[in-house]
Amino acid sequence: MTHQISGLLKNLASALLIVLSFTSFAQEISSDPAVVADGAALFDANCKACHRVKQKLIGPALAGVYDRAPSLDWIKNFVRNSSKVIASGDEYANKIYEENGKTLMTAFTSFSDDQIMSIMAYVKAEAEKPDEAPAATAGGGDGAGQPSLPTTYLNAILIGMVIILVLLLVILGLIINALKRYLDQKDLSEEDREVVHSPFTLGTVMRSPGFVFVVVFIVACVSFKTIIDGLYSIGVQQGYQPKQPIAFSHKVHAGQYEIECKYCHTGAMKGRSANIPSPNICMNCHTQIRKGTITGESEIAKIVAAVENNRPIEWVRIHNLPDLAYFNHSQHVNVGGIECQTCHGPIQEMDVVKQYSLLTMGWCIDCHRKTDVNTKGNAYYDNLLELHNNKAMKVEDIGGLECAKCHY
Amino acid sequence: MNDTKKTYWKGIQQLKNDPAFVKNADKEFVDLGVEDDPRHSRRDFLKMMGFSVAAASLAACEAPVRKAIPYVNKPVDVDPSIPNYYASTYVNGGDYCSIVVKTREGRPIKIEGNSLSKVSMGGTSAQVEASVLSLYDNYRLRGPKAGADSASWEDVDKAITGKLGEISAAGGQIRIVSNTILSPSTKAAIGRFTAKYPTTVHVQYDPVSYTGITKANEASFGKAMIPSYDFSKARTIVSVGADFLGTWLAPIEFTKQYSENRKVSEKVTTMSRHYQFESNLSLTGANADYRTMIRPSQQGLVVAQLYNIIAGKAGRASVSAGIDKVANLEKAANELWASRGQALVVCGSNDKDVQVLVNGINDMLGSYGTTIHANKTVNFRQGNDEAMAALIADVEANKVAGVIFYNCNPVFDHPMGAKLEAALKNVSLSVSTSSTEDETASASGYKAPDHHYLESWNDFEPKTNSFSLSQPAITPIFKTRQAQESLMTWAGEPTEYFAFLKENWRNWYYGTAGGGLSFQSFWDKCLYDGVLDLSNGEAETLTFSGDVDAAASAISTNYKSNNTGFELAIYESYAIGNGSQANNPLLQELPDPITKAVWDHYATISQKDAAELGVDNDAEGRTQYINITAGGKTIKVPALVQPGQAPGTIGIAIGYGRTKVGVVAANMGVNIYPLVTMVNGSLNFNVTSGVTVAKTDEAYQIAQTQIHQTYMGRSSVIQESVLSEFKKDPHAGREFPKITKWDEKVDPGTVSLWKGHDYLDHHWGMAIDLNSCTGCGACIVACNVENNVALVGKQEVINRREMHWLRIDRYYSSDATDISNYEQLEHAAENPEVVFQPMLCQHCNNAPCETVCPVAATTHSTEGLNQMTYNRCIGTRYCANNCPYKVRRFNWFKYHDNQQFYQANPAMNTDLGRMVLNPDVTVRSRGVMEKCSFCVQRIQAGKLNAKREKRTVKDGEIVTACQASCTSGAILFGDLNDENSQISKLLQVKRNEKRPNSPDKQIGNPRAYRVLEDIGVKPNIYYLTKIKNKDLTNA
Repeated sequence: MTHQISGLLKNLASALLIVLSFTSFAQEISSDPAVVADGAALFDANCKACHRVKQKLIGPALAGVYDRAPSLDWIKNFVRNSSKVIASGDEYANKIYEENGKTLMTAFTSFSDDQIMSIMAYVKAEAEKPDEAPAATAGGGDGAGQPSLPTTYLNAILIGMVIILVLLLVILGLIINALKRYLDQKDLSEEDREVVHSPFTLGTVMRSPGFVFVVVFIVACVSFKTIIDGLYSIGVQQGYQPKQPIAFSHKVHAGQYEIECKYCHTGAMKGRSANIPSPNICMNCHTQIRKGTITGESEIAKIVAAVENNRPIEWVRIHNLPDLAYFNHSQHVNVGGIECQTCHGPIQEMDVVKQYSLLTMGWCIDCHRKTDVNTKGNAYYDNLLELHNNKAMKVEDIGGLECAKCHY
Repeated sequence: MNDTKKTYWKGIQQLKNDPAFVKNADKEFVDLGVEDDPRHSRRDFLKMMGFSVAAASLAACEAPVRKAIPYVNKPVDVDPSIPNYYASTYVNGGDYCSIVVKTREGRPIKIEGNSLSKVSMGGTSAQVEASVLSLYDNYRLRGPKAGADSASWEDVDKAITGKLGEISAAGGQIRIVSNTILSPSTKAAIGRFTAKYPTTVHVQYDPVSYTGITKANEASFGKAMIPSYDFSKARTIVSVGADFLGTWLAPIEFTKQYSENRKVSEKVTTMSRHYQFESNLSLTGANADYRTMIRPSQQGLVVAQLYNIIAGKAGRASVSAGIDKVANLEKAANELWASRGQALVVCGSNDKDVQVLVNGINDMLGSYGTTIHANKTVNFRQGNDEAMAALIADVEANKVAGVIFYNCNPVFDHPMGAKLEAALKNVSLSVSTSSTEDETASASGYKAPDHHYLESWNDFEPKTNSFSLSQPAITPIFKTRQAQESLMTWAGEPTEYFAFLKENWRNWYYGTAGGGLSFQSFWDKCLYDGVLDLSNGEAETLTFSGDVDAAASAISTNYKSNNTGFELAIYESYAIGNGSQANNPLLQELPDPITKAVWDHYATISQKDAAELGVDNDAEGRTQYINITAGGKTIKVPALVQPGQAPGTIGIAIGYGRTKVGVVAANMGVNIYPLVTMVNGSLNFNVTSGVTVAKTDEAYQIAQTQIHQTYMGRSSVIQESVLSEFKKDPHAGREFPKITKWDEKVDPGTVSLWKGHDYLDHHWGMAIDLNSCTGCGACIVACNVENNVALVGKQEVINRREMHWLRIDRYYSSDATDISNYEQLEHAAENPEVVFQPMLCQHCNNAPCETVCPVAATTHSTEGLNQMTYNRCIGTRYCANNCPYKVRRFNWFKYHDNQQFYQANPAMNTDLGRMVLNPDVTVRSRGVMEKCSFCVQRIQAGKLNAKREKRTVKDGEIVTACQASCTSGAILFGDLNDENSQISKLLQVKRNEKRPNSPDKQIGNPRAYRVLEDIGVKPNIYYLTKIKNKDLTNA
């Protein structure tokens, strides 16, 4: 339903815009979804660190840039080498240079015309989306809303059950009383009377061998389990949240500013280690941004100091796999297409990062048992798929539980 | 007694029946205040202690805080965990190899051959593979020194320049001494120095001299040079004492060429025939089809005799020297003549006269232009023995005022080193640029250490018009400086050597080889490839004009056909070489290909002489010292009885007996260089007269990794045949064992207790061609470096605890004909044939180790690998016990972080050494089993690369470390499931029709067999039969 409406709105809006912007260059900008998707990928990977479509960040909001700028060619030139355009004395370029605190935009010399146009297509498509904040929450709601319905039901059922059980207890008690009274009225032998009126106190129950056995048994079981669990938790650092030398907040960077994880963690797609970014990556933005959202200037100054004194930052390592286990980020992130959050948790909500997952072998294996291999479009798996009759394979099915996949 | 009933009191309280006393009357320790104090009871103490211990151990369970430290400014192309590869060049004196260096996080960790090179052709040797550890040698100089004290470069430069100025002003003589320099730019830098100080003379020498060949070529062709040899073009090869597969001139190149003609198949049934005449059983001799033992004193005569026989056929006059009754000589000559144009004769002698005759023979055989290329001269050995001798005489005579030793160690590796050392005290300026404080550096006044070659820029011209570059693969670890820069600084022209080098290339080669590229592109391409080849000029026709008669008459006086005394044949050992890398434990623990001895210096002695002297080797390597006296010097070394050693000769290696060398090679052996003498204007490595040998009663134990000599007729281990039989039936030499069922005899593979695995994706397998394998052992070093294999030292090898994952079994043939007489079979023949068999985990499909592991620490993968999981292993060693190939190695000790193994295993026990470890492979701890993993880290990395690029794995993309290092191409690794892979084609693999994914594939290659096939463990390693090219009558 929402899709339909937004689709309709989008169509309407674009129709309207086409009419309105008859004189602008925007008609050259494609609205082909494939181009927009390409642009989105490029935008996320390259522009997002400094630009938003509808919001000013380091650079200006890009919505409508295709109308504001002198020409599309101007945009292309500016993207490829802004300093050259500014140096050429271009009026508009110098104006925005002044407006944006004399911050030079990184030169993207390798971008082709098509690539820049696809980014424009994306910017345009985004700009024309109805400006509703709930769109994001609605998107999230798809995931969270559906399970919330059964939970309320479940709670109602539970409460109902409890009420029924309490009622049952009361009824049973009433029945016992009624029966006792009925038996009292009868002429019973002394023995029978004793049985009926046996002193049923808490003390007798507590001292009964059955009760003692049950209690001892339960205590033994619980303590045994606690000890075993305790032993298993040795070396497991789930929830480990050490203080870092710089109060870097993922919540601000990954959450608020939606900077792509791989922008800083450059190794995640290509190697074993995801890489803690080196300060020169931080400085891509922080040459300009010297005041942090939470901590003000003090923390960013530490990065600057590290670069200036050529002294590396000694981060405290949170995720420590034992040396005997080999883990490769690119296998999981690049080949497997797994989201960072799957293992690292809602990192975009963490001010201080903590170890979200267990990182035990059982945890690894569990996932290898449950996860389908991401075979789509990967010729490496063609042969294996054929052997599995083109059905989905779990990691386990292609040897994902074998020792020498991780231990060598 | 009863009426005197006394009462005894403990005290007045008891007497008075004090209430306090009554209360405590039954307690033993009433007065102990400690017990009274509820806060300090003994029990509390124990409780507290117990708690603290428990708390401490629990606290210890908490992982320590670990740091993750990123670069400050990450280099663009360096990503943690992703290796970078740099083309570079290994050079040690005149030894040359074009290489590719693998670095991780800026640390070189592995060296492999550069297949783009036309000189070394992608091959490596054990010394090349091991040299990466020499980079992290703790004995390296940390910075310059003046005398014994550390100094700054400024001070050292100032002092040296000052002294040079003084010497120059007084007209004093200056010498630069070096080994062979292959680098044109280094020579240019020396040129700059010489221009500034015109009294400077540059003297080159080589520890193992080839002056004789250079001089002979000058005498024969008027050109002092050493030509290129091409063994791949030779159908008949005769070598008189040249160990060209092991140490002679350019063994990597020669191995590559030689092995081309040793690969036979059903289609290619031709093969070179190789005759070897030598005294010591060398690596080359072990590979020869015919091997004849001769004395060093007969060497010249054998060559002369060969000359005469061939001259008879060629219609030339014979010469007045010769020898009779040398086995196989006549036959060799006939075949040489029959295959002229495809024949090659080489000789290891450093005697000019002998080499002139060799040139004469090659000339008659038409070798020049076919198997010998005189227009492509090699620069590997440019040393001049006479110039070096003159230099030492000058230094002794106080005629030289300043000496600079450029990366050489003549005090150790020159026969007159001791004289030089003594005379250096009187030289006013002596400088050494060695990167370690070796014997010469110690004797020199100033130490101006050069970078290790992996930290240096340099260029080389190993052969005419073949160039290569070396580039730094790591930032200099210590405060060293490139020696060329030092020389130019002292010449008053401080120049950055990199800029100097680049400028030279612009001036010298860019013009001819630039090909329209910009200079930067040209330079980048050269650097990327590591090599540059310019076209050679027209092959000039050489006219042989050597005076063979004069040579022959000299030979007839210098050589004797019937010498009776002992003779010394001094040789270069395969691993230690000339001794410059003696401090490298990878080489010390590399078993000698022939003797299988490690960490030791010994004299090889024939079985006959041993029996006469009473020297006795037992199966544990226990032996006795012998005293060898030659040229007035007596040395004491342990004797090792060596089958194939010519009777009356003693083989002894140079390179040992270093005194200023660091802990690894400290106190090891005797320096043999002083026994080398100057004969006929060149150094003679044979001592043929005045040698006496006496046995002492002093016992010694040599560590050997293999102590059984023969394979006891077990033809399921070694399967061999000869070429003529192979031509008749390609299955020649194969054994087809059968096992008996109740009603029939069947192939062992058809009966199994198990259903067998299914290999759906890959099926990794290996083929090892016993005919190509020369037994050199480069693979062992490569495996050690790649897989962080611990080195254990001599005593642990004696205890049979060496950790090598890959070993090369060397088997001698036996004289015994009766296969049932085991005792006779044990003894190797006097001049045995030799077979080498690389032995590593066979990755059996029915692996016997897997079934006995109580904790499932060794399991089978769906790709055919036998996996070993260290963290699961509890060390029962059942698996090793149950392995029929004995390839599993147990960690008896914690070899890392253990001072006990500091000497043997610096790579795991020093901070510097640890930089060489491969971060992708676990360093194993004590109490776990380990073995060959088929380089599973490389398999995984190769697969991941393919997955990332969304394609299937390409054949040849994944190679094991042993295959990558194997110069002769004997080892081939690949996917047996891939029908187009090289290994599938070589083995002619056919899938099992009934069960396509089963490991039981049909192997079509008639030469392929599996070791111990009869026990039915179904290995994934196939061996190809050894085929010797010899006549059956001799078999």
